[in-house]
Amino acid sequence: MNWTEEDEKAPLFKQNESARTELSKETIDGEIATLNLGPTHPATHGIFQNILQVDGEKILSSEQTVGYIHRAFEKIAERRPYNQITPLTDRLNYCSSPINNMGWHMTVEKLIGADISKRVDYMRVIIMELARIADHLVCNSVIGVDTGALTGFTYVFQEREKIYELYEEVCGARLTTNVGRIGGFERDFSPEFHKKLKNFLQTFPKVFNEFDSLLARNRIFMDRTRNAGPISGERALEYGFTGPNLRAAGIDYDVRHMNPYSSYQDFDFIIPVGVNGDTYDRFMVRQEEIRQSLKIIEQAYNNLPEGDYHADIPEFYLPPKDMVYNNMEALIYHFKIVMGETPVPVGEVYHSVEGGNGEVGFHLISDGGRSPYRLQFRRPCFIYYQAYPEMITGQTISDAVLTLSSLNVIAGELDG
Amino acid sequence: MGKIEDLQVINGEGYQLTRLEKVLGTARANSVWPLPFATSCCGIEYMATMGSNYDLARFGMERMSFSPRQADLLIVAGTISKKLGPVLKQVYEQMAEPKWVLSVGACACSGGIFDTYSVLQGIDRIIPVDVYVPGCPPRPEQIIDGIIRIHELVKNEPLRRRYSDEYKHLLKDYNIETNDPEQSDK
Amino acid sequence: MTQNSLTNESVFERIKAQFGEGILAMEEPYGMLTLEVKPETVHDLVKWLKEDDKFQVSFLTLLGGIHYPENTGKELGVNYHLHSLVHNFRIRLRAYFPIENPEIDSITDIHTCANWMERETYDFYGIQFKGHPNLVRILNEDTMDYFPMRKEYHLEDATREDKDDRFFGR
Repeated sequence: MNWTEEDEKAPLFKQNESARTELSKETIDGEIATLNLGPTHPATHGIFQNILQVDGEKILSSEQTVGYIHRAFEKIAERRPYNQITPLTDRLNYCSSPINNMGWHMTVEKLIGADISKRVDYMRVIIMELARIADHLVCNSVIGVDTGALTGFTYVFQEREKIYELYEEVCGARLTTNVGRIGGFERDFSPEFHKKLKNFLQTFPKVFNEFDSLLARNRIFMDRTRNAGPISGERALEYGFTGPNLRAAGIDYDVRHMNPYSSYQDFDFIIPVGVNGDTYDRFMVRQEEIRQSLKIIEQAYNNLPEGDYHADIPEFYLPPKDMVYNNMEALIYHFKIVMGETPVPVGEVYHSVEGGNGEVGFHLISDGGRSPYRLQFRRPCFIYYQAYPEMITGQTISDAVLTLSSLNVIAGELDG
Repeated sequence: MGKIEDLQVINGEGYQLTRLEKVLGTARANSVWPLPFATSCCGIEYMATMGSNYDLARFGMERMSFSPRQADLLIVAGTISKKLGPVLKQVYEQMAEPKWVLSVGACACSGGIFDTYSVLQGIDRIIPVDVYVPGCPPRPEQIIDGIIRIHELVKNEPLRRRYSDEYKHLLKDYNIETNDPEQSDK
Repeated sequence: MTQNSLTNESVFERIKAQFGEGILAMEEPYGMLTLEVKPETVHDLVKWLKEDDKFQVSFLTLLGGIHYPENTGKELGVNYHLHSLVHNFRIRLRAYFPIENPEIDSITDIHTCANWMERETYDFYGIQFKGHPNLVRILNEDTMDYFPMRKEYHLEDATREDKDDRFFGR
C-alpha cells in the first residue's frame, strides 16, 4: 500500500468524525430519552410508575401512573360494621397503623358522643407517638439507603423492632396492629409494657443520636440532599401538602396543634419547620419530630392519670369475657357488637389526626345502619404525590429517587 | 442448611462419590438470589426480615437481586391488584429457569381481606407458586420458615424437573411461554 | 392556642349575602358549617372563599363523591371540605345533580390538588368535571366499564367463580 502525502494529512476516521460531530450537534445534546421508573424499580419503595423524559441525567418531564395496589377501602367500608373497619385503617399507612386506628376510633366516638377519659387519651398519645417514631425512622433510614448509607438503616431497624415489641405488649400484633377499641383499649398497659417502655426511653435517644450524627451533619449527605426536590411553601399548600413535608417547606400546620385531639393540648412540644422544602429539610424535620415525639411520650407517661382504660359505652365496647358468661345483659351486648347490630346515630362527621405523613382524615356519613353509608379517607400521600413531577423537573434522576423516598409515599395510602 | 452429610457422600481413598443432583441442589439452595416484589404491608415486614434482627443474610440471601434476569426466587409480598397482575407475570417470565416463587401474606396467597373488584384473588391465578406463607402480615419468623421450605425444594429438585412434561404442562396452564432449553439447542 | 375568629353564623351570613339563590340549605352537623350549593355556584363560591381577605379559605382538605340512589334528580353529589388555615375554620360544601347528567365545574384552576381528587371521584362515581385538564381513570384500569363506588355495584369481583353463594349465606 502506497501512502501519499494527502493520505497522511487526511484525518484517519474522516467518515466517523463527521458522523460524530453531527451526532453531538443534533442528537446527543438534544437527545431526549424516555425512562421508565417503575412500577417495579428498586429505587421506588413501593409500586409507582413514573415515565420520565430525560436529557442525559436531567429530567424534563414526568408522567405518573398510580393505582397499582388499589384495594377499594372505601367500598369495603360501606359493607363492614364499625368495629370491623379498624383493620382496614391499619393497611392504609402501614408504617404507622396505630395512628390510623385511633383516628378511626375517635371519629366514631365523635359520632356517638362518647366521653373519653384522660387516661385513655394519654395512653393513645403514647402509642401514637411511638408509631410516629416508627414511621419517621423508616423514612429517614431509607433516605440514608438511597444516598448509599446502609448502616443507618440496619442500625435503627433494631430499635424499631423494640417499638414493635411494645405494640405486641399492647395488642399482640407487630405491624397491622388493630390496636384499641371504640372507646379505649382492650386491656390496660401490662407490667411488661411499662418495663419495656422505660427501657426504650432510656436506650433509644442514644441510638438515635448516633444515627443523627451519622447523617445530619455529614458533608456528603448534605451535598447530596440539599436542593434535591425543593418545593416552596406556597406551592406545597396549593398541592395540599400536610405533615412533615409541608412543615419542611416552612409552614407550621400541625393538626395536633391546630385542632388538638386526644388531649394533645396538655403537652409541651414544638413544631419544627424547614426553610427550603428540599430533601435535607424534610429529613431534618422528621429527625426533630422524633425528638419531640419522645418528649411527648415522656410527658404522657410520667403524668399518666389513674382511671379506667376504656369509656363506659357498653353498646360499643365489648364486655369482659367472664361477664359475658355470667350476665345476661353483657351477653346481649356482646352478641350485638359481634354481629354488628348496634344502632348508631344518623349524622355526618369529619375528624382528622396528624398521621405520619400528614392530616389523616375520616369523613363519615352514617344513615343509622350497621355500616357507614359513606366513609371517605383523606389519604395525605394521594394528595401530595401529585406534586412529584413538578418537584423533580430540572433535577437529576438520582435526585428524583431521593425526593421520592423523602416524600415517604406509602403505596397503601396512595392507592386506597 | 446445607450440611455435607446431606449429600450422602461415599468417601474413599482419593475419591468421593455422590449424586450430581445433590451437589447442584445444595449449591443452589445456599445461594438463592431473591427478587423482592414487595408491594404493601408485607413489604415492611420483609424489610424487617432483611434487617439486622432477623438477618436474612444468614441463609445465603445477602444479595437482593432487583433484576429478574439474575434472580432465582420471586418473593411476592403484598396485595397484587388486577392492574398489577400483568406486570407480575412479565417479571416472572423474565426470570431464568430454574425459578421458584414464594407467596408472602394472605393477599398474595388468596386476596386476603380484600375480596374486591380490584384485587387479584391470589397470585396463583397468574403464576405458579411453590410455597405459601399465610398471615396478615406474616411475622419475620414465618417468612424465614417459608424461605427454609423453598430451600428444601431447591435442594431436592430433580435435575430433569424443568424439562418434564408435567412442568411444561403446568406453564402451559398459566399461558406462560417456555423458553425450552432443549428446543433452543436445536 | 388556636385563633378561631370566624363563627358559623357570620360566615353563613356573608356567603348568603353574596350568593343568595345559589345556597340551597345550611346545616351544622357536629359543629361544622355545611352548605348545600347549586352545582353551578360551587366553582365561584370556592374561588370567592379563597380570594376573600376576611376568610382566606385557601386549603382544600378533601373532595369526594357520594351516591344516593333514592334521591331522584339528586342521585350523585360531591363533597368539598375546605379549611382556612389562618382562622382555623372548616367548611363543607356539597352539590347534588341527577345521575343522567352528572356534571359540575372543575375547581382545578383554583386548587391544584383537586386534580387527582376529581379524577378519583370520576373513577369511582363517573362524575364529569368540566374543565378538568385530564379526566381519566386514576386508580382502576382504563378498561373498566363501570363506576364501582355507585351503590348498585357489588363489592366482590363479579367474575369470581370459586365462591359458592350457598356457603356465604347469600
